[in-house]
Amino acid sequence: EPRLVSLPLSRIRVIMKSSPEVSSINQDALFLTAKATELFVQYLASYSYKHGRGKEKNALTYTDLSHTAEECETFQFLADILPKKILASKYLKMLEKEKQDGEVGDDNDEEEEDEDKAVGDSVGS
Amino acid sequence: MAERPEDLNLPNAVITRIIKEALPEGVNISKEARSAISRAASVFVLYATSCANNFAMKGKRKTLNAGDVLSAMEEMEFQRFMVPLKESLEVYRREQKGKKEARKDKDKKADSEEQDKSREEDNDDDDERMEEEEQNDEEEVDN
Repeated sequence: EPRLVSLPLSRIRVIMKSSPEVSSINQDALFLTAKATELFVQYLASYSYKHGRGKEKNALTYTDLSHTAEECETFQFLADILPKKILASKYLKMLEKEKQDGEVGDDNDEEEEDEDKAVGDSVGS
Repeated sequence: MAERPEDLNLPNAVITRIIKEALPEGVNISKEARSAISRAASVFVLYATSCANNFAMKGKRKTLNAGDVLSAMEEMEFQRFMVPLKESLEVYRREQKGKKEARKDKDKKADSEEQDKSREEDNDDDDERMEEEEQNDEEEVDN
């Protein structure tokens, strides 16, 4: 007999309560969140598998997921945690180029900015 | 209770099982993909909670309820979840009610064994009042 929900409610509750603005959660809301998360996992997996342009046809890869986050509006909230991968050599070349293009301005926080920028503009692997 | 970083993750085995159920048989899932989906699921919970909380605040309530979560799903453009969620909720509510009845009967039995029979009428009233109070409160989860 299939269980109504597989994800542990206690763990879901911990994650929900980590949001500072949340005071309390009614039992039904907790259940619905857990169930919705399961539906979400299924949707993300099946969508990515169907639309993946990965070379492997019988596998779900990270690249498939990353494509989904970038190209499907519904999953765009995941873009930051599923960045496209980039070859280290390409990244280093991009850093070099940016350094040459914009020598004006501060040296201090640029490293972090460049990293994000590079990842955002990167070519898919 | 202090949160350790791993507490914000969902159990790998369960996530893997859910993914497998969604894909055709024989499809492999890379470890990286599995880990990414697990992280995505945690982010989903946070996003959904934040969204649901906005609806609760609009209604001037401090407790997130079922309606808030459903509204959040619609807002996040997961309308496809609405029907299965509502159906599951109905089953869940029935299950919870069944458990409550079973607990009530158990308590009643224990009470009547320990105390006088004349006390049973008083217990009925107490139980009815308790049920009304419990419906709206947040309960600790039995796992």
